[in-house]
Amino acid sequence: MTGLPPDVGVGFKPDHHAAIRRAPSQMGFFEVHAENYMGAGGLPHAQLTDLRADHALSIHGVGLSIGGPRLDAAHLARLRALCDRYQPDSFSEHLAWSSHGAEYLNDLLPLPYTPRTLDLVCQHVDQVQEALGRRMLLENPATYLLFADSSIPETEFLRQIALRTGCGLLLDVNNVFVASVNHRRDPRAYLADFPLDQVAEIHLGGHAEEALPSGPLLIDAHGAPVADPVWTLYAEVIAQRGPLPTLVEWDNDLPEWPVLQAEALRARDILRGGSGLARAS
Amino acid sequence: MPAPAEFHAGFAAGLRGGELPPGLAACPAEAAEIARRFAVYRNNVAVSLVAALARRFPVIRRLVGEAFFDQMARIFIAQHPPHSPVLLEWGAAMPEFLSGFPPLARHPYLADVARIEVARGAAFHAADAPPLAPAALAGADPAGLRLGLHPALRILPLDFAAVDVWARNQPGAAPRPIDIARPQIALILRDRRLDVPVRAISAADRLMLDRLRAGRTLLASAEAAAATDPAHDAAALLLQLARDGALVAPADGVLS
Repeated sequence: MTGLPPDVGVGFKPDHHAAIRRAPSQMGFFEVHAENYMGAGGLPHAQLTDLRADHALSIHGVGLSIGGPRLDAAHLARLRALCDRYQPDSFSEHLAWSSHGAEYLNDLLPLPYTPRTLDLVCQHVDQVQEALGRRMLLENPATYLLFADSSIPETEFLRQIALRTGCGLLLDVNNVFVASVNHRRDPRAYLADFPLDQVAEIHLGGHAEEALPSGPLLIDAHGAPVADPVWTLYAEVIAQRGPLPTLVEWDNDLPEWPVLQAEALRARDILRGGSGLARAS
Repeated sequence: MPAPAEFHAGFAAGLRGGELPPGLAACPAEAAEIARRFAVYRNNVAVSLVAALARRFPVIRRLVGEAFFDQMARIFIAQHPPHSPVLLEWGAAMPEFLSGFPPLARHPYLADVARIEVARGAAFHAADAPPLAPAALAGADPAGLRLGLHPALRILPLDFAAVDVWARNQPGAAPRPIDIARPQIALILRDRRLDVPVRAISAADRLMLDRLRAGRTLLASAEAAAATDPAHDAAALLLQLARDGALVAPADGVLS
């Protein structure tokens, strides 16, 4: 596995397949949510097989619950089968949890950062990498709450996981911005502490905004264009770190394909040293 | 700091509507604001699961109305939460749930419509199988020919005219009267465009398909259907299945 190309990609949506195939593709890679491809056959696999034939592929899990009490062996086996089938260039998951007991909660839930949860997450990342026979990437979360018991900064927590397990990191710049605004912190301070040398992929996406008495609460809703401050932070990361595989996510209130493609091309402009403004709408 | 297992249990209980879990913080750490922030997670879980059901049961949602459906979905979720991150497999309990949902007691046909939607979901994701090439059928002796049915194909005997209801609630369908009390048999398959149409078939069609699936020869299957309905058109059924790519090699791989 050589990893994703240092180019742009988008989260693939079935509704976009025909439009993507109407012209030669300009995407460096596509990313899919693993759980949407865990049926046996039919249209999802036909489309993914078609895209895989001439694109790099990232499989992004949203349901493994790496921050949960224990990993689901059956789900790990499904992920293994999916990776065996498509041989993706990258597999990634989240620093979050989403299952409790037999119940699947279908959201990326937060956890306190303590020595005990660090041990737990490292153990799970080890287990995933062993089961899949590959290095995985772990993504920083968008959070709305903190925990009184947290004793380790998130950036340090992620650095320790990468050090102890050998996993790479997926830096979601929108999540950095969302969490920083929500916790009334400086996103640049977060990024200055982030182990950028371990980053193997970047995510960009749109957020929504609510109002709290103390100020805005940003929601990682993936239903809007990437916000301007996120573009700025992204350009700063690229200036520091050089080109990195960059994904634009748009999961809800899906736009027409040209709108999403334009977002990705704006990211490419930044990747290649431009301002990204040429593509701004 | 509680042990991780206690932390997860407390947080999950809060998501289900229980008390706020202990140990939450925010900046500024005002109690009211912490509750608002926790509510984002509670809302994300509920809204995303309701949306998953809405995608799975579009006709039910259209029939009962969006607001009613979304409220009902929350009750369904509390009673039948998903037990796997693979949500495409979730929702099979919906027909039974609708049958026992008192506000819908006067609309018993809804359970049959939900059965169709569950079967369509299963058919959409069913395993692939290569359709038989026309050459495999040309000149074959029906007395010795055995055919397999595609793994996506499903036959649903229904108490009501739910196939007609489903069809009338597709985008662009023209309104027409439906005799709801008339039982129908639904044939659900995945066509060559990987779309999942729903059609009503006759009892004789169903019998012929059951016999084919059981490994009987084409001739024996068609004769069984003709015995129940002398006017049964076996060729028309076979042609339609062949067009849709729903005829495959039999389970043992031997055609005749």
